Amino acid sequence: MTIPTLDTDDRASDRRADPATEKRRRRAAAFADAASAGWKVWLFKIVALGIVDAMAIYAILVLVVQEQWVIAVAIAVGVVVLNAIYLIPGLLPAKYLAPGLVFLFIFQIFVVLYTVYIAFTNYGSGHNSDKEDAITSLLQQSQTRVEDSATYPVQIATRDGEFFLVVEDPETGDLSVGGNEMPLESISSPEAAGYDVLDFSQILANQAEIGALTVPLDDDLNDGYLRTTDGSNAYLFQSSLEWDPVADTMTDTETGVVYRDIGTGAFTADDGTEILPGWQVWVGGENFVRAVTEESIRGPFIAVLVWTFVFAFLSVATTFVLGLFLAVVFNDPKMKSRKYYRVILILPYAFPAFLSALIWAGMFNQDFGFINQVLLGGASIPWLLDPILAKVAILIVNLWLGFPYMFLVCTGALQSIPDDIQEAGRVDGAGVWQVFRHIKFPLLLVSVAPLLISSFAFNFNNFNIVYMLTNGGPRFADASINVGATDILISMVYKVAFVGANRDYGLASAFSIIIFILVAVISYVSFRQTKVLEELN
Amino acid sequence: MALNSNPLTSQPAPALAEALADDRRGAAAAEKAAPTPRRPFGRWFRETGWRHIIGIVMLLFCAFPLAYVLSASLNPGGTLLTANSLFSTFDLGAYFRLFENPSQPYGAWFVNTLVIGLATAFGTVLLGALAAYAFSRMRFTGRRFGLLTLLLVQMFPQLLAFVAIFLLMSAIADIFPALGLNSQLGLIMVYLGGALGVNTYLMYGFFNTVPASIDEAAKIDGAGHARIFFTIILRLVAPILAVVGLLSFLATTNDFVIASVVLSDPDKQTLAVGLYQFVSQETARNWSVFAAGAVLAAIIPVALFLALQRFIVGGLTAGSVK
Repeated sequence: MTIPTLDTDDRASDRRADPATEKRRRRAAAFADAASAGWKVWLFKIVALGIVDAMAIYAILVLVVQEQWVIAVAIAVGVVVLNAIYLIPGLLPAKYLAPGLVFLFIFQIFVVLYTVYIAFTNYGSGHNSDKEDAITSLLQQSQTRVEDSATYPVQIATRDGEFFLVVEDPETGDLSVGGNEMPLESISSPEAAGYDVLDFSQILANQAEIGALTVPLDDDLNDGYLRTTDGSNAYLFQSSLEWDPVADTMTDTETGVVYRDIGTGAFTADDGTEILPGWQVWVGGENFVRAVTEESIRGPFIAVLVWTFVFAFLSVATTFVLGLFLAVVFNDPKMKSRKYYRVILILPYAFPAFLSALIWAGMFNQDFGFINQVLLGGASIPWLLDPILAKVAILIVNLWLGFPYMFLVCTGALQSIPDDIQEAGRVDGAGVWQVFRHIKFPLLLVSVAPLLISSFAFNFNNFNIVYMLTNGGPRFADASINVGATDILISMVYKVAFVGANRDYGLASAFSIIIFILVAVISYVSFRQTKVLEELN
Repeated sequence: MALNSNPLTSQPAPALAEALADDRRGAAAAEKAAPTPRRPFGRWFRETGWRHIIGIVMLLFCAFPLAYVLSASLNPGGTLLTANSLFSTFDLGAYFRLFENPSQPYGAWFVNTLVIGLATAFGTVLLGALAAYAFSRMRFTGRRFGLLTLLLVQMFPQLLAFVAIFLLMSAIADIFPALGLNSQLGLIMVYLGGALGVNTYLMYGFFNTVPASIDEAAKIDGAGHARIFFTIILRLVAPILAVVGLLSFLATTNDFVIASVVLSDPDKQTLAVGLYQFVSQETARNWSVFAAGAVLAAIIPVALFLALQRFIVGGLTAGSVK
């Protein structure tokens, strides 16, 4: 049996062959491939490539319209390379690797790099979009009706599924039409311009959209908007904010406060108050600086960081100790029905972990849970609401979930230790404990240590158990971010980014990167330990 | 893999395979041991009996939560408090109510989980096998670099980049709504981003055990690379394909983070996301309905796992090539 390795000698023999033979050999191989592939493979290839190309071209067109040049070019290059790989004969390895690599590049490598980028921006709720959008929505949301302004008789018209206002000028009687982000333009009649006028019942059916219509009077947003509540009369609304495009300032016309763009992604007054929404800007390392300097973030962050390490370490330690103990206990060939014990013992491991955590959360419930009500006879222990007890509860549940794995691993490792070593120990007068302590345990550790390290790395990001059992709580009282005593880093990132009204993608990504670095260090240590890299060489 | 390891087991997948293989070998060795003559009770207890006591304690610890949830699902009272009287009633009402509430479309979650899990497993196996074939059978520049890069990339689990995944998917949704945020197809694509990595390594090792002479014989008979791959190699490595597929399926069904970030519409969500939201909204009141949902949701993973255990062991220990 030949086992191909990284350095086989077939490459060396290729090099020795003279160029002419080599060329003929390649052509023969190409012919053989073409002959064996058959038209079905070709058809599949052409159809698949056609679909991919069509999607790429569509995406590029959309991106060009949106002026997203970099992404458009990246997609174009990618799709050209993909076509080249599958249309040029040869390039076999690329043909086999490309499908997996496409997904790997987009959904693993790109997203990691994108995370790094986001970590250096202020992206989040209130800073979602670009500056232009922010100005538009600021002016729209601060509108108030202009007192004593004229009443505009209107009709509601529709075209292509969108709604428009057909406005009659109260003085001249001229008709004009406008919609959301489409300033009024004059028309002779709505029907001539391709609009359908709604009747009363249709207006009633679409009240929400019609009430939300804000039609700019003209291109200068400061002039105000027309809005209607009843579908027959519209009134002039003006923003209490006034935007000065030249000075790049927002002025509150009621208080006279001037808000400037000072580069932080929102218009800011001299006293530091911001008006939101703002827009997305590059903030450099500010998220990282905030994580370690801002008191209301730093406190919880350090607590979470410490608990993450403690949790990961204790998870491994407790499951390993129990698993090893059970492996030793059940490693007696004279013991009957070990098989049945084993099936039950691995059940917690087979049960989906997220369900187990939810079930345990019910059992730990303070008022109604099984543990307080039945096992402890009606006690009222706040298992999941007290910072210390919640941590204990998490460790108990994780022990339940994790020890079967350690049990299996340790059983395997114990049984692979040759008997004659133990016999030798016995003969030399060592007791059972001494044999275990000085012979079996060190040997076992050699084979199990790499698994312990990867188990540590896994528990470091064991999101499900924390989030499903305690939801990270009880929450820290003094934290400005939604973090609690049992949160580990990964669940903290999730909460900062996706839970609650205030979503801070930038800060969450900065935390992600901190985890990346910690995981990289852990993995480096584990690689050193397992010598995987050496094996590859 | 999407989650880089097998969260079901809270442990890395290859290690699981090894552990189970070791376990089986040990068990096989033990079964061969000669039966021991009967011992007096005292001696039996000192040597073996106490092990049964520990075993029974552990059985209670292991099986209790599972028995508890089964009992709760059969209790028509429905609240956390009534669930405490274990196995006092036998009523399947909760299982029917599970499918009756339109705001909590359990049936849809169940189907979604199966479809997403199966599609991801199939895609993962296909992409991983293609890559493993290239790494195992072809010699090209950048091969070693590629293998090392895969090893490095898998250190950064996709799980950690979920913010970027969310933003990327919402950008894709602007161009292709069918592939972006709130699309199951999109979620499957995200999971496939992790198809290489651990899986390719598992498969690569297994592919290497299939002798290259088989390929060469087929080549001489006129088979092209595609035919060799699809009709010969894939059959020879079927056990590892099944293992990778099952691990990927279990990992996908157990994923909460990415599924919750990508899918927002209740009808499109998976069991992990749906059941979590259900239970966090009304834990105490509808406990028996949740318990029924949990029991049904666990049947397939547990059955697969128990079946998979044997299959991994059989696949990894028995040589598939004669």
